[in-house]
Amino acid sequence: MENYMKLTLAALGENEGFARNAVAAFALCLNPSLSELSDIKTAVSEAVTNCIVHAYKGQGNGSIGIECRIEPTAEGGILHITVTDEGCGIEDVEKAVQPFYTTLDEAERSGMGFTIMQTFMDGFALDSGKGNGTRVSMFRRIGATQQNTEKERVDA
Amino acid sequence: MQIQTDFKDRILYMRLNGEMDEHNAALARRTADRLADDYAHSERAVIDLSNVSFMDSTGIGFLIGRYKKFKRYGIPVYVMNPTYNADKILQMSGVYTLMPKI
Repeated sequence: MENYMKLTLAALGENEGFARNAVAAFALCLNPSLSELSDIKTAVSEAVTNCIVHAYKGQGNGSIGIECRIEPTAEGGILHITVTDEGCGIEDVEKAVQPFYTTLDEAERSGMGFTIMQTFMDGFALDSGKGNGTRVSMFRRIGATQQNTEKERVDA
Repeated sequence: MQIQTDFKDRILYMRLNGEMDEHNAALARRTADRLADDYAHSERAVIDLSNVSFMDSTGIGFLIGRYKKFKRYGIPVYVMNPTYNADKILQMSGVYTLMPKI
């Protein structure tokens, strides 16, 4: 089944929980396992937090776009997620994705956001430039590893 | 995010409740740091994550920050009962080398 959704959110900390839970709720149509759902929520939370904290520098006057698309497969489907902002952009993309690299050390940011997105999802791409906003594209195959027991499956 | 406290046999237990993200972490940071000051005579501190229903990389920064704060009083910090989600993040970031899981 082809399915998609689009969201536009104010870049406010209050929306972090809503954003990850909205994507998780959308993903339920693929009947994901609890661990798949948990990984997706974490990756979305990282991307959205980056928009709020880095792209718009916590000023709360920007907007975040989230697009999800489901690509049907024989095993279930692939959930494609794109998170975009029109914020300050990233000057050095290669540096930004390195584990533990952060520009906000004093704010207790760990520098692990992109590493978590890369590890928790099956595909990840980062498109950004100084002054040009940022686009994070990632995807996760759902139902591909059938080690999930029926008991663990979320009752959609 | 709230913290329930228990002090037994010179061990300070801090049980975190709620979702750990950037937005929710500020209050937990302040509360835990105040507990470090109030219980500076503790032998060790234990952070119980069993009621943390969600955690992103904010949790790494939070735990390392508390590790540093308690270290000033010479108090070692341990992590207890992480959920699947928290455990995966803490393992991959190496947090357990500073604060062992018990």
